Amino acid sequence: MKIGRLLLLMLGLTLGGASQADDAKKLRIITWSDYVPAEVAAQFKAETGIQVELTLSNNEEMISKLRATGGAGFDLAQPSQDRIAGAQQEFRIYKPIDLGKVKLEQFVPELIDIVKKNASIDGKLYALPYVWGAEGLVVNSKKAKIADYGDLCKPEFKGKTAVRLKRPTLMAFALASGKDPFALYGDIKGYTALMEEVGRTLSTCKANFRFFYDNKDQLLNGVRSGEIVAAMMWDSGAWRLNRENPDIRFINPKSGAIAWMDTYVLPARGKNDAAAYAWINFTMRPDIAAKIAKAVGNFSASKGAEQLMEPRLKEQFKESFPDGFRNVKWYPAIPAGLEEIEGRILDRIKAAN
Amino acid sequence: MVDTPAGGAWKGRLMLGLMLAPAVLWLFALIVLPHVDLALLSFRERLAPRQYGASLAQYRTFFGEPLYWHVFVRTAVMSAIATALTLLFAFPVAWTIAKLTRGRTSALLFVVCLIPFWVSETVRTLGWMILLRESGVLPQLLAHLGVTDVPVELLYHDATILVGLVYTSLLFMVVPLVNSFESLDNSLIEAAYDLGGNAGSILREIVIPHATPGITAGCIVVFMLTLGNYLTPNLLGGKNSQWFTEQIYTQFITRFNWEQGAAFGFLLLALSTAMVWVGLKASGQRFGDVMRRA
Repeated sequence: MKIGRLLLLMLGLTLGGASQADDAKKLRIITWSDYVPAEVAAQFKAETGIQVELTLSNNEEMISKLRATGGAGFDLAQPSQDRIAGAQQEFRIYKPIDLGKVKLEQFVPELIDIVKKNASIDGKLYALPYVWGAEGLVVNSKKAKIADYGDLCKPEFKGKTAVRLKRPTLMAFALASGKDPFALYGDIKGYTALMEEVGRTLSTCKANFRFFYDNKDQLLNGVRSGEIVAAMMWDSGAWRLNRENPDIRFINPKSGAIAWMDTYVLPARGKNDAAAYAWINFTMRPDIAAKIAKAVGNFSASKGAEQLMEPRLKEQFKESFPDGFRNVKWYPAIPAGLEEIEGRILDRIKAAN
Repeated sequence: MVDTPAGGAWKGRLMLGLMLAPAVLWLFALIVLPHVDLALLSFRERLAPRQYGASLAQYRTFFGEPLYWHVFVRTAVMSAIATALTLLFAFPVAWTIAKLTRGRTSALLFVVCLIPFWVSETVRTLGWMILLRESGVLPQLLAHLGVTDVPVELLYHDATILVGLVYTSLLFMVVPLVNSFESLDNSLIEAAYDLGGNAGSILREIVIPHATPGITAGCIVVFMLTLGNYLTPNLLGGKNSQWFTEQIYTQFITRFNWEQGAAFGFLLLALSTAMVWVGLKASGQRFGDVMRRA
């Protein structure tokens, strides 16, 4: 009897504890590192009384975690814009954005158009833009000269380059082979053939990759120490290295940098939507957005933030993209099933000798 | 029927049940239930968004794609090699602790074996990375001493993975070995020398037969730990690691393919069960005896 009562008591305590934890004064965000600077979270707390709780992650993990709980556990998530529609159709992990609660006039309209195109299902919008940038090449110009993704495979760079063993790399090398992978999204057969070709290219090139990096710091350290002379990387990381060592530069590859955009989405079973909307409106305020952009090192989707950006970052952008965003490709939404094809190719590259 | 002694027995059984309850609950809720769920998951296939049907497709993929069973076999072979190496290194260490030293020295040696385990596996593995990377301590030292012309990358080789695995599992081999050796009566060895035995024959005829349960226990534990290790092969092996647990992680997390991941998980479980069974049969041991030594 006593033990039974004790068990009940313990159960009650855990449940009680859990329900107390998700009160209206807490906002649980799952996002990328650097996306929520401590300073911004502190200011939000001062203005609204809401405490931000952070979990750091990446696209795949965000989706997997939300899938495991059916969209519970977080009030706001920040996946990339091309990864939303597919995951939503497959796993129903998000809820639509209520545009009545968002100050839409704070956003850059072109970026809103992109999410409308790529992250809408049945006329309902599931995401709002947060920050954006482009993935291209980082190069130590003292030690190497490259112009396109394919140059990473030149024999003189054996063991001195790096890429991620993930889909952006497949897309980049497909573009470098002169084909457009995004045009083949709807054509499973053509896409599979293209991916197999890219897989073969990357397998032959494997000796050139010192490692496949899976976090930013691993690559940054490799480039800093000189072990890596050229790699695929997104602009902000390269610009950070550039500030430390002017020889290290971000370049827009000949076949085009690939632009990404991370977003705000509401998990299907998030408990504090009010706080999430308050956070969205707060972080899109130009003064706050500029602080975030500085911490991330990329541009914000907030309309007024660009004027407040650091002049250095603007300069770096001009140097890396002399003709603006003309030679840049945006990721379209990934149809379900494509990632299975890519997965097999990535496994083969990993196993190649 | 219910007289006092029977009532007492009933109470005793109730007490026993209550004592066992945490263990049984633990086993059931955290081990049996998830496995049943995984088993069901591994036997289904995605037909369309949110539509699944029963199928053997996941297991067919495993046998159909050479890549997967290649990694599977590789993981098993590397784990077996790591286990053998661990035994080789742990044997003299355990012998020293159990037989050649006494009291404080013996305890001190034991603590030395234990110290690396005071920090987490991640930290230990990252330590190895700092030592072995091209700009790290060891390659720089080798280049400085003139052994190599330029610093060489020591990370991302199979040998590196083995070093990491042996290092991580050494303690789990030393403990059962020390237990076995301690129970070995020294007079037996002395008697063997008196009867004209030498070091080799004594090792073969007396020490190893006596320590077999301990050796088997250590090997089983180390083999299972190695087979299921994710961190060490992943960090030290880099682009060539190809460990089966990594495949499972990738299927679950990166590919969102829980069905495939579940099937892989079961194949790994079957593999470790089979290897343990073979090990027991080969050494002529019984599972219960061996586990008591571990």
